[in-house]
Amino acid sequence: MTSYETHKYDVLIIGAGGAGLRAAIEASTGDLKVGLVCKSLLGKAHTVMAEGGVAAALANVDERDSWRVHFADTMRGGQYLSNARMAELHAKESPDRVRELEAWGALFDRTQDGSILQRNFGGHQYPRLAHVGDRTGLEMIRALQDHGIHQGIEVHMENTIVSLLKTGDRVSGAFGYEREKGRFKIFSAKAVVLATGGVGKAYKITSNSWEYTGDGNSLAYHAGAELIDMEFVQFHPTGMVWPPSVRGILVTEGVRGEGGILKNSEGKRFMFDDISDLYVNQTADNPEEGWRYTQGDRDARRPPELLTRDHIARCIVREVQEGRGSPHGGVFLDIAWIKEKIPNAAEHIRRKLPSMYHQFKELADIDITQEPMEVGPTTHYIMGGIRVDADTQMTCVPGLFAAGECAAGLHGANRLGGNSLSDLLVFGQRAGEYAAQFAQENGDVPLEESEIEEIAKHVLKPFDNTEEGDNPYEIQAQLQDKMQELVGIARSQDSLTQALEEIQNLREKAENVHTIGNREYNAGWHTALDLDCLLTVSEAIALAALERRASIGAHSRDDYPEKEEPGAGKYNTILRKADDDTMEIRREPIPKLAEEYQQIIDEMG
Amino acid sequence: MAKATFRIWRGDADNAQYVDYETEVSEGMVVLDAVHRIQAEQANDLAVRWNCKAGKCGSCSAEVNGNPKLLCMTRLNDLPLDQPVTVEPMRAFPIIKDLVTDVSWNYKVKEKMKPFTPRPPDAEDGTWRMEQVDIDHIQEFKKCIECFLCQDVCHVLREHHLHEEFIGPRYLVYAASLEMHPIDTENRLEELKGEDGIGYCNITKCCTKVCPEHITITDNAIIPLKERVVDEFYDPLRKLFKVFSG
Repeated sequence: MTSYETHKYDVLIIGAGGAGLRAAIEASTGDLKVGLVCKSLLGKAHTVMAEGGVAAALANVDERDSWRVHFADTMRGGQYLSNARMAELHAKESPDRVRELEAWGALFDRTQDGSILQRNFGGHQYPRLAHVGDRTGLEMIRALQDHGIHQGIEVHMENTIVSLLKTGDRVSGAFGYEREKGRFKIFSAKAVVLATGGVGKAYKITSNSWEYTGDGNSLAYHAGAELIDMEFVQFHPTGMVWPPSVRGILVTEGVRGEGGILKNSEGKRFMFDDISDLYVNQTADNPEEGWRYTQGDRDARRPPELLTRDHIARCIVREVQEGRGSPHGGVFLDIAWIKEKIPNAAEHIRRKLPSMYHQFKELADIDITQEPMEVGPTTHYIMGGIRVDADTQMTCVPGLFAAGECAAGLHGANRLGGNSLSDLLVFGQRAGEYAAQFAQENGDVPLEESEIEEIAKHVLKPFDNTEEGDNPYEIQAQLQDKMQELVGIARSQDSLTQALEEIQNLREKAENVHTIGNREYNAGWHTALDLDCLLTVSEAIALAALERRASIGAHSRDDYPEKEEPGAGKYNTILRKADDDTMEIRREPIPKLAEEYQQIIDEMG
Repeated sequence: MAKATFRIWRGDADNAQYVDYETEVSEGMVVLDAVHRIQAEQANDLAVRWNCKAGKCGSCSAEVNGNPKLLCMTRLNDLPLDQPVTVEPMRAFPIIKDLVTDVSWNYKVKEKMKPFTPRPPDAEDGTWRMEQVDIDHIQEFKKCIECFLCQDVCHVLREHHLHEEFIGPRYLVYAASLEMHPIDTENRLEELKGEDGIGYCNITKCCTKVCPEHITITDNAIIPLKERVVDEFYDPLRKLFKVFSG
């Protein structure tokens, strides 16, 4: 018999970034017992890394902004693959979600009249991102954390969930282990919210930390939920490229929002060469106009450096491939140039972008107020994820909810910067509310002992495997290399077919990984267990990428350079686990936009 | 490729020792990179906390050559690599395993502090108006990434183990961020004087020196709080005024 401790909750939240914390706060407003499980210490989740800001049409800086413009921007940015209802809810509710953070102690930068200041960002027509310098995520997660710890939520820090538990069709809890001693914990719950974040660790170059191994996506998939549009992985255009040890660390889009420009080795602003039809009317056609836009000139159009992330990432790859890259295989991002335009530029940069200044100074010996940075694309975010109902965030598994990055629908084929922090708040709140409602309306479900025994056996297998088994870090590194090479920014039928074979081979090897030492805080064992999730999401990304035979948004196929296939932008790819345990994919047409939505989009140009 | 030796603290509370690992080092590497390489190649079960690897989350706090540091922000080219680099856990907290310590005490301290309590909103839409100049100074405190290096270096905690009587620099900074918040209405001075033990701080500024976020903890947070406590409880005029005003 396996030994474990049991914890019983009305609502169990898995993940304690912005979405998980917001869901937990919401679920705990009534009398419900809420449990919150996170892989790291509280307050360390990836939300802390978000820099630029949170998008909300507060219209504090430009009164022309409204939820309708935000809605239209989000839909356009997502190449019209987004769930329109989610885009509507998000645009309508994000202002309230941002304001309520100030009631919980957050402090955003201010306008002249003392309201929340907003800044420009890629794909947003008006200055829309509420921010605190370039550490907005830290402010947000700390406000949620400091408010959350007084709401009676029980927090299980440094605990990892390895499987959801089901009783009949319904989710009934989760199986996890705590890192410190490696002991098992069984969580029984009437409703479960997944808020586990992203999948960045499937790639070699990423801005994500060790935690982002696609846990929520994988847990949901194995529990019978559907994954949607998994091919859309966002490669953020500006990650650090040098020195090698920091490759992939994010350089905020805020640098470009403050006037930073992208140049190739010939000193040319190459983004002016390639402006897509969808954006040509909204984009400046000369550097002067672009500069004026960043300085708040309302008649100017945005510089091409603030086009959507998918497009800029591809342009950077093109520059590098065609021999116009920087010495270490990126391009130049220059904010120092603004000294030509404003007095005290160095001080201005340090004030507006303090953590970027700090990051380059300390990690790369570069003073960004004096010299350009070298940047290149880094795996940053996944638009695809767990399929949820737009209003309630419930999956097709009764009692199972998802919010934040691990859920999908809002961002379509490409996410706009700033829309992630607002997504966390809006849909974290909704998931918490509806999970609580579900828990109130549905009684307890007994757990199935036999299932628990089976999972426990699987979890301990790496200790029992023979020493000939591979080192888990080795398998993880091989997977990351293959995903980077074959399922990265440029994909093709050949690369994706090969990727699926490689994933299959690695899966077989992963079965036999060997773990040394004991169960106490054993990083090797944890890495071995995370492999299950990583392999599942890697397969999902590759399979969905193979299915969409077109280039759209963040998904680029070398063999289908344009939207060649008719209707390429008119369906979602849906993955589910088939009865024979294989991954099954199908297309589902996106219903025609409701007239009211179409009208807004047409109006906003 | 050059090699360097890392002398890493291995073990748990009952049984631990330094173990030397030799590994390859290259340009731009930080101590955390070396620890990761050792973990992947030589010691799979080595315990170390980390997340963002960019000095923003405050997870990888430890002591490098005896100095409290974030492992991800400590570059190898700032260290003498002709001798072993010592990497050990924070010493002010109980050891769990290897480089990981039990920092749960910090979370409990925060939970006991009076939460943020805003005045009623200034505007009908439920928002407040605040001047940027009025929030600049507390935004400095809010840069804190909760790495707990200031707690680690504070002699009141590290040497005198007064965890029950003193909340440490981190939470004095936190108290300052609440007390000086333009819309907070709570008064925390009595707690600061009493159970929070602000009097134990004798302003040696060790915390300020180790703060990776360069928060001027002592001068900007602790000393102003101490002054407020003095004004509240020891000012004779104020005392007199209180007697008469009831």
